[in-house]
Amino acid sequence: MHLGVEEPIRECQYNQICTHNSSPMDTPHTKKRKSKRKWQVFPGRNRFYCNGRIMMAKQTGVFYLTMVLILVTSGLFFAFDCPFLASNLTPAIPAIGGVLFVFVMGMLLRASFSDPGVLPRATPEEAADIERQIDATNGPSGPGYRPPPRTREVLINGQTVKLKYCFTCKIFRPPRASHCSLCDNCVERFDHHCPWVGNCVGRRNYRFFYLFILSLSFLTLFIFAFVITHICVFLDGCTVLEVVVCFFSVWSIVGLSGFHTYLISSNQTTNEDIKGSWSSKRGKGNYNPYSYGNFITNCCAALCGPLPPSLIDRRGFVQPDTPQPAAQTNGTGACPPNQVQSHMCAQDQCIQSTKFVLQAATNPLLHSQPIILGGGPTLQAKSSLGGPCSTLTPSQPSLPSSIPGLTCGGELLALRDSEIHCHHHLHHQHFISPEETPSPPAALPCATHLGHHVHPAQLFNPVSQDSLHEDSVRGLVKLSSV
Amino acid sequence: MATEFHNLQELRHSASLATKVFIQRDYSDSTICKFQTKFPAELDSRIERSLFEVTMKTLNCYYAEAEKIGGQSYLEGCLACATAYIIFLCMETRYEKILKKISMYIQEQNEKVYAPRGLLLTDPIERGMRVIEISIFEDSGSTSSSSSGSSPTSSTAQ
Repeated sequence: MHLGVEEPIRECQYNQICTHNSSPMDTPHTKKRKSKRKWQVFPGRNRFYCNGRIMMAKQTGVFYLTMVLILVTSGLFFAFDCPFLASNLTPAIPAIGGVLFVFVMGMLLRASFSDPGVLPRATPEEAADIERQIDATNGPSGPGYRPPPRTREVLINGQTVKLKYCFTCKIFRPPRASHCSLCDNCVERFDHHCPWVGNCVGRRNYRFFYLFILSLSFLTLFIFAFVITHICVFLDGCTVLEVVVCFFSVWSIVGLSGFHTYLISSNQTTNEDIKGSWSSKRGKGNYNPYSYGNFITNCCAALCGPLPPSLIDRRGFVQPDTPQPAAQTNGTGACPPNQVQSHMCAQDQCIQSTKFVLQAATNPLLHSQPIILGGGPTLQAKSSLGGPCSTLTPSQPSLPSSIPGLTCGGELLALRDSEIHCHHHLHHQHFISPEETPSPPAALPCATHLGHHVHPAQLFNPVSQDSLHEDSVRGLVKLSSV
Repeated sequence: MATEFHNLQELRHSASLATKVFIQRDYSDSTICKFQTKFPAELDSRIERSLFEVTMKTLNCYYAEAEKIGGQSYLEGCLACATAYIIFLCMETRYEKILKKISMYIQEQNEKVYAPRGLLLTDPIERGMRVIEISIFEDSGSTSSSSSGSSPTSSTAQ
């Protein structure tokens, strides 16, 4: 036997595993098949353009308004005021105006189109590992008991910071990260969601946002000043329009620039400032642990610090054997994605079939009884809904006999392979936390890792019901043929 | 060498994944990227503690270098700002260059240290820089069949 903890380090008993495939750089073989790009299966509520190069929020109406306002006002300025100003004052005015305008547009587009620092959702194995750690920390709790919200405490520069668990993304959020309910993503160093820019403002695009509002305030003041000059000499309809737009913009934009200058110099985010996280009102010893001490270093760090790359790899190809993270919010119901079916060995077929049957079995239960699953990692209590699916946790090797038609299922479900979690997670386990605004879930919950406050009735998708039943029949047929 | 790789590919398919260990981020130094160096219990019988710690410390050094705010990053930032960030279309950022170095290092570590011991490190960038995933593979010569992902080829032996 080769088991045992006290065994000395094994030598040369393993054959070297080829690590060539683990390189993330080259995956030429996937391009030959019609693989999807990762942005096409992205679980958040974002819109992608230019084959994944551009990433924006779902609602972009206000962004177009911003563009129109800037383009129209600047256009009118260059068309009607600049000839007069260039000839009567100096041609440097349109030149400076032009440079400012190009800079403003560049920063706006950069802030709007780039990834703000979205954290990809946890893979099923990661989520399972975190669950195990949480359960180990909290201990098993009886049915009906609602455990405290999942938090971890970390000491950063002498200040205790609480890391919250995100039920949607299934991760403990890093410090300063927050979940945007509009985009349904966790964003690193989350500042705010800006409708004017049509995107979240986070770690990766904060400097573009700040430079945008700063340069826009200069541009607005510039246009305002010279338009007033022009009006004093010659009154014109278009010029009046520019004055009106600039007048109202100046207060808001200059004010906003001032506010963000303050935030940058104290190294805070809008989110932290609004919540008063580091306010001295909270307590005597409360201070900002992220501040570098002086405002120059804070400014330099925010604006000239290294620009981290995007973590979500939008244009990469989806690997067929990679388990996809949980919670696809666009209502994919019963059908497993194509990448799972690419490895249809007998064992996989069996797993698939078992899954279909289980879904069909749980389907009527879901529909008839609004079951709220109480806590506990094993999910044995409460209801028969917990029964079939709970056996698929690693700690539950045996199937209950109540599931009809399963012959090889018992052995299969003793498998500890994370592939099963993958299949289950494809069916959209969704935690709804009272702390977060829930995103609209749409698929069946499978109770493998369901925690504590899931409402199946809310999550049930009636559209997938018929297809589920059909699939379960197919599943039974497959089982009989294995 | 080509033949060896061919055999390694087959072995990769037949080596069965037993479990995965996740090394979480260490946030004690604010939000910079740093991983915990605590030795996980599951690796106790698989790899020497010192080798693991060397890998972790080297990775942490690489990340610290990537996120360092100093002369070079200021220069890069100012230059980029002056060119309205168009320069990033042409050149790689310092961070990206270091990430490539990290990928090479992880690959090298896998080939030399971890794969012979039935382990595989996954580059953290593939997991959103949240964790370092270490896959533990079952000993292919072992008779114990507690593993789950046995390949179709091994079933013929039964």
